[in-house]
Amino acid sequence: MKKTLCLALTLAFILGVFGLAQAEAMKINGAGASFPYPVYSQWAHKYKDLKEVEVNYQSIGSGGGIAQIKAKTVNFGGTDKPLKLEEQKESDLLMFPMLIGGIVPVVNIKGIKAGELQLSQELLANIFMGNIKSWDDPAIKKANPDLKLPKQAITIVHRADGSGSTWLFTHYLSQISPDWKAKVGYGKVVSWPTGIGAKGNEGVAANVNRVMGGIGYVEYAYAIKGNLTYAKLENQAGKFVAPSIESFQSAAAYADWKNAPGYFMVLTNQPGDNTWPIAGATFILIHKTQPDVKLAKAMLEYFEWCFKHGSDIATQLHYVPMPEEVVKMVEASWTQEVKADGQPVWQ
Amino acid sequence: MREPRVLRFFQLWPQTGAEPLGDVGFRWLSGCCALLVPLLIWAIFVQLLYYSLPTIKTFGLGFLFSQTWNPVTQEFGAASSIFGTLISTLIAMLLAVPLSMVIALLLVELAPPWISRVIGTLIELLAAIPSIIYGMWGLFVFAPFMADYVQPALGHTLGFLPLFQGPPMGIGMLTAGIILAFMILPFITMITRDVFTLVPPVVKESAYGMGSTTWEVTYKVTIPYGLVGVLGAGFLGLGRALGETMAVTFVIGNTHRISASLFAPGNSIASCLANEFAEATEPLYVSALIALGLVLFIVTYLVQVLSQILLRRMYRAWSVGL
Repeated sequence: MKKTLCLALTLAFILGVFGLAQAEAMKINGAGASFPYPVYSQWAHKYKDLKEVEVNYQSIGSGGGIAQIKAKTVNFGGTDKPLKLEEQKESDLLMFPMLIGGIVPVVNIKGIKAGELQLSQELLANIFMGNIKSWDDPAIKKANPDLKLPKQAITIVHRADGSGSTWLFTHYLSQISPDWKAKVGYGKVVSWPTGIGAKGNEGVAANVNRVMGGIGYVEYAYAIKGNLTYAKLENQAGKFVAPSIESFQSAAAYADWKNAPGYFMVLTNQPGDNTWPIAGATFILIHKTQPDVKLAKAMLEYFEWCFKHGSDIATQLHYVPMPEEVVKMVEASWTQEVKADGQPVWQ
Repeated sequence: MREPRVLRFFQLWPQTGAEPLGDVGFRWLSGCCALLVPLLIWAIFVQLLYYSLPTIKTFGLGFLFSQTWNPVTQEFGAASSIFGTLISTLIAMLLAVPLSMVIALLLVELAPPWISRVIGTLIELLAAIPSIIYGMWGLFVFAPFMADYVQPALGHTLGFLPLFQGPPMGIGMLTAGIILAFMILPFITMITRDVFTLVPPVVKESAYGMGSTTWEVTYKVTIPYGLVGVLGAGFLGLGRALGETMAVTFVIGNTHRISASLFAPGNSIASCLANEFAEATEPLYVSALIALGLVLFIVTYLVQVLSQILLRRMYRAWSVGL
């Protein structure tokens, strides 16, 4: 009796171990940009329940993501800063866009509510350049005749840590202002002409909220969650628009993905009447030559699921999913480019 | 006298059977373990130096004196970070050393034992708070307080000095220095208290016996007796303040600029590293950050060496019995 029980228990144990081993068979590791992390982690969580494929994503920053995928320590990398086609080729990488977000200027001016302040391209550049020092400057008053603007010094709050948000924001400023391009330029960290530096989106938000007359920039999801006072911006068409999922989508729709080699696309300053001027895509990087067919297939299946069924989660978290045409193009590139043992992985 | 002892230390086998094997084994074990420390320091130094070489080659000594920090054009200078590190530490020391001496005197000389025990425990608790908590508290609670009350008051009364000019933003060099002072206060206080308790009761009692008041005993006996220890405690705090990272990052303002005003934002070596290291990709950028680390390493090392020399001198000159 005792022996049978023992045997049964052992059998159960062995079966259990095998079962576990099977369930744990597929593990996909990724690392990179922190901006899309809320969506990626939700997607991975849901996908694990559906398909028993475990996707780990560590948000270590875009720079880290690029370095890790180049060193082949992860299966995919995430980055907000797109890589040029030559750089992708150099490391045998394929890059494709995954989500779209936007950078939003937020202000703290007495008596001004969200969406009331309008900033033209010239104003935005001049404020961050330090040329306009007070909120009652005639130039700001002229663009906002209905607002009562106080005599208050402008304090710029920028990111102190290296960040994709800074990259997008300064990239936009460089496009609209030759002066900015010549004196400051763009990058994940730049030499700001004026202002104070804060750590992370939350640091920028906290400082803008506290310093009267403060202006900073944060990711859209953060501006919505934190109930911050955002400003309207003038887009390329000369229209003032408010940040919203629709205005980001408009930026993505007007973007000419077909003529963007290697999907190198920066969505700042896109055409269209409803387009938000500082939108940006976040990208996934994978190796073109995959060592393991099964894993490669599982990974692409996961990305396909994200494109086709992940939109609700993304929208709920205030991120914008990719338009359908772009998804089709991306899948075509998978078929063409991603290979394992010389055979295409995706059909 | 010294040499034979050193030689004997490294003798693997006992020579005339005078020493049991266990003693030799223990000596070697402890010697090797202790050797880890200098080896580690040496290894860190060599690594820092190796990876700083591109920066040293590109900018030379100018790296130490240039205020430019521009990752876009790949021009780097450490002056603003070094300045910020030194100034924030100086503010912290100016506030923390006298304050902790007064607290220690209260604990030792004035307060009844039970109060002294309660306050002592509270101060020890203060030392156990992680620095990120100081940072968050500094940003969300202390900085608004500085902006609303302290900085306007200072600007009003001492605004004629360039030190206290500019808009009261709450964060900046002064706030960072004060937060640092809070952080090193418990260390300095605890050591100072221990030093003061070591003053021989006989000496104090004789002073009382000669008719001295509490103030006179404190001023003429306890403080001179403990001054060397107080200085030692101060240097310990100094070492900690120089390298403090998270709390400073939150409140210093993180701007690569040198300004005369303490209200203005600045940055320190440690805060700059914390902010920019993770996303630095260009080789020269990484190298410049590591060179900053090397500068901090050398500054901290020099401070420790100087403090040791100074302490030994004073110890000999005053020949107090502590």
